[in-house]
Amino acid sequence: MNAIGWIRLAVIGAAVGALELASRSGLIDHRVVIAPSEMADALVRLLISGQANGQIALTFGIVIAAVLISVVVGFALGAAIHALPRVRQTLEPLFATYYAVPIFIFYPVMIAIFGLSVIPILLMGVLTALVAMIIATLNGLDRIPRVLMKVARVHRMGRLQTALRVSLPAAAPHLFTGIKLAVSYAFIGVIASEFLLAPAGLGRIISDAYSDFDNRRMYALMLLLIVVATLVNMALHALDQRWAQRRGIVRP
Amino acid sequence: MTATQRATDALIILALMLLAWQALHQAVGATALPAPLPTLSYLAKFLPTARFAANAWATLVSFFYALILSYALGLAIGIWMGIHRLSGAVGEPILISLYTLPKVTLYPVVLLIFGLSVSGRVTFGAMHGVLPVALLTMNAIRNIPPVYLKSARALRLSRWQTVFTVLLPATLPEVVSGLRIGFSLTLLGVLLAEMFAAKQGLGFLIINAMQLLQGEEMITVTLVLFVFAALANMLLLAIDHRLHRRV
Amino acid sequence: MAAAPAGRQIHAALAGVTRTYPGAPGNKPVHALGPVDLELWRGEFFAVVGPSGCGKSTLLEILAGIQQATAGTVTFEARPVAGEVPQGLGVVFQEDASFAWLTVWDNAAFGLRRSGTPEAEIRRRVDDSLAFMGLTDFARAYPAQLSGGMRQRVCIARTLVLKPRLILLDEPFGALDAQTRLLMGDELLRLWRRTGATVLLITHALDEAAMLSDRIGVMSARPGRFLDIVETGWPHERNSTIVGEARFGEITGRLWNHLRGESLKSLGYAGMTAE
Repeated sequence: MNAIGWIRLAVIGAAVGALELASRSGLIDHRVVIAPSEMADALVRLLISGQANGQIALTFGIVIAAVLISVVVGFALGAAIHALPRVRQTLEPLFATYYAVPIFIFYPVMIAIFGLSVIPILLMGVLTALVAMIIATLNGLDRIPRVLMKVARVHRMGRLQTALRVSLPAAAPHLFTGIKLAVSYAFIGVIASEFLLAPAGLGRIISDAYSDFDNRRMYALMLLLIVVATLVNMALHALDQRWAQRRGIVRP
Repeated sequence: MTATQRATDALIILALMLLAWQALHQAVGATALPAPLPTLSYLAKFLPTARFAANAWATLVSFFYALILSYALGLAIGIWMGIHRLSGAVGEPILISLYTLPKVTLYPVVLLIFGLSVSGRVTFGAMHGVLPVALLTMNAIRNIPPVYLKSARALRLSRWQTVFTVLLPATLPEVVSGLRIGFSLTLLGVLLAEMFAAKQGLGFLIINAMQLLQGEEMITVTLVLFVFAALANMLLLAIDHRLHRRV
Repeated sequence: MAAAPAGRQIHAALAGVTRTYPGAPGNKPVHALGPVDLELWRGEFFAVVGPSGCGKSTLLEILAGIQQATAGTVTFEARPVAGEVPQGLGVVFQEDASFAWLTVWDNAAFGLRRSGTPEAEIRRRVDDSLAFMGLTDFARAYPAQLSGGMRQRVCIARTLVLKPRLILLDEPFGALDAQTRLLMGDELLRLWRRTGATVLLITHALDEAAMLSDRIGVMSARPGRFLDIVETGWPHERNSTIVGEARFGEITGRLWNHLRGESLKSLGYAGMTAE
């Protein structure tokens, strides 16, 4: 890790340390925020006790399902739209405005339609992530250098061959960006929905813990979410960096 | 693409959405999802009521304060991190991690600190909006081509002249993009807060209506918010495009 | 157009080839190329020079079968070329066409992999081709790690493995500096002699054309037509040192005489000629 990485670690450490001190010294009311060490302790005990494991598994299961669906469907739709320029032109304003609409306003409608089950939650996860994948697919396919398609013709490759062996690998970095976004957005969509209203799941038990004034449990689960979200994003980022480096793409 | 083509496309999208709505309504029934026409008539009745006005106003006030906070904080952080290279390098991954984090996980903390008050909703909204503003502003400043600064020196511009006649116009398009995204996310944050724990506001109305099985009110308020967000964004996009075109 | 001398076959030919693009709505169609007549003799090194925008690349792509001519016929080895790139034809493009996701070795093996050639044969031919292009040490590297010139060599190696009988090159050294270009020119000649293929080279560099080719086709400004075919008469065994000979200067001068006016035209200075 370079110097900047160390500085960053120090900054985060200092922030956590400050919170720890403030909480332990009574500067921050214990009923509002508990010390980070307590959060960690509460989390470990909770995981060991296995009380929340079912809910945790459920939520992560829904997130994974949402990611898979939005990536596969998003890619398919993106590829299809890319092949139909007129359709794309018509849909462009829709994509531009999609993420400007706070999608959670539709959550109650979905509950009204599907009832209070995991379906609306899964749907929210998919809908939040889907369009990001479509847009990333369109971008990726756009950016395939024209010359590579000519090379495919010189090698007398058919359309399927060209798509699989030239277009797909050429667009891969952008598609991976789409996958990264899909993961983030699916997470956000699922957790936020569970938090608002859900029969079960991580968001639900956090919300319950809040209502029950059970700060330890609440913060333990929040810590879990933060840690998992950060780790997953870091892992995807590291993968992205490695592949991008091999390709000579400069990633910020 | 001509203006008529664009208009026809917009109409096509609108028509498709209405058709999909109608089809979904027929599939699930009126209690779950009222049809477009009854919704529009309810809208006409509901919009002038005091109840709607009060809640819309509550949301608007929260949103307004949250937006100011997002923009002010976001710009300040972004400018600092853009100019002060080290802070930028250290802070960027942190900001990006926060951006991808489901901030709703931090909402209980906000609630514990602020209770169910307006400040809580404003803070939560600002938490969402500050990040894109900061990140894009930072990027805008970093991306100023060094040759601009060299040219300003060669033209012997004063500090203020450089800032106002070179740096500001150079960074404006990207900063405005950040403001546009910040607008949408701040709105999202405020509405989420209202939906979860509030006694007023348009977000509250939607959840409340759903829980009371008042399908028409639920879908009407949803529609109002949808149209507001879409129109506001189109306006901001138009400004965004106009700025980018001249770059 | 001189008829093929005795003993030389016509390898590929264009007859009356024209290319017109439909214009933007409300505009006239764009007449980009032609009518062009060209005969490539088997085993020769033929260069095409002309002002920018005259349609040289279009000519190459029509000959290769990547683009369709609006009128006229294209033949390769006496068979018509239409819509599909014929077997036995290789193309090297101006832009970097190396596959960023494959190693140099896999790039070179790309064409063979699909043809069902046995693995051992693939290995032999790829190793051979990489050795010929001086890329053996970089076989496991990725194109992003190489310079522009080396990436171009990867593309050439990829073309060579397929043993093409006609090699088309569209300004392959366009992005390289002058010295590298001269050296790559020598490489090209080596390649040409080694493979015995017919080579068509598109270039904007007159010295490059004059130095490398048996014959040079001079194209007019858009719509491109052949103004002249210059025969250089160089010996088969030649390299970049021929730039020292007097004849080199004559050839280059002759090319420029044609092209000066055409280039002015393409730059928009129609009517400015002998100034």
